[in-house]
Amino acid sequence: MSAFSKGLRDGLPIGMGYMAVAFSLGIISRNAGLTPAIGFFSSFFTRASAGELGVYSLIAVGATIAEMVLVCIIANLRYLLMSASLTQKFDPSMPMWKRALVACCVTDEVYGISIAYPGRLPMAYPTAAMLLAGAMWGAGNALGIVAGNILPVNVVSALSVALYGMFIAVFVPPCRKNKAVLIAVASSFAISWLCSALPGISSISSGIRIVILTIVIATVAAIIHPVDIEDEGTN
Amino acid sequence: MNYNLIIYLLIMILVTNLLRVLPMILIRKQIKNRFIQSFLYYVPYVTLAVMTVPAIFEATTIPIAGVIALAAGILAAWFGLNLFCVATVCCLCVFIAEFVLL
Repeated sequence: MSAFSKGLRDGLPIGMGYMAVAFSLGIISRNAGLTPAIGFFSSFFTRASAGELGVYSLIAVGATIAEMVLVCIIANLRYLLMSASLTQKFDPSMPMWKRALVACCVTDEVYGISIAYPGRLPMAYPTAAMLLAGAMWGAGNALGIVAGNILPVNVVSALSVALYGMFIAVFVPPCRKNKAVLIAVASSFAISWLCSALPGISSISSGIRIVILTIVIATVAAIIHPVDIEDEGTN
Repeated sequence: MNYNLIIYLLIMILVTNLLRVLPMILIRKQIKNRFIQSFLYYVPYVTLAVMTVPAIFEATTIPIAGVIALAAGILAAWFGLNLFCVATVCCLCVFIAEFVLL
């Protein structure tokens, strides 16, 4: 199976989850004045759940461009970290335009399956997954704008955990092989839950919380248990 | 056509994708520093774990359905089910849990 076909195969379930989430996003983006066509292109080219949600909500209440840019940066700062980590999966001699293109494939889920790809990452894999899943993300937003609240509440509720199921499928297998990852993940659960429950800290937006916790926990893990990674980029 | 809206959306597209592209074109070499290597090794797992908890409890109509989905998803992934199956298990758990409990 070619890397492109593999990308399509793994992109399909992601795209199905995206469609469900983008459908509910569409209900909000309609309030911001998006038409189905604009909604499709806006979501296809942005591909950021929390970021888009923040921006569409802001547009709906007539916020300034500066406010929107700030929300955009905070909600999407994790992509900066993910992209930095993904650089290590590519050949250093990869041309700039390919790097720029493949970087745009970084979303939580496509990044997740790219990290799980054994060895060097062929560009076709994340690109194929992103083209399919991104189109379904855009289509979901357009459908949501058209159809609004068509799905029953219990179906939306069930579909809304699909994305988290995908995250789980990415971080659990390495926990089984590597005790340090297991401890890091378990600590992440505990600390993240605590930070959302403690008064004061819980008022920080979830986008910022994710960035801060990722930096702090990964730093501590790297100090306590540094890893030896081969030069092949097989992290 | 609302041009103001289009400008907002274009800026959103530009800013979001710049965040993705900048590290990719600035960090071109294989990183040799052991600390940074280790840091970047842990980043994906930590960030996905932090994104999952507590958000999965807040995504469902009743939080306990999210807790069940998390536990079932971890078990399914631990025993080697693939991405799609794990996601399906989580969805089914929520659907059934909410059907029983609501």
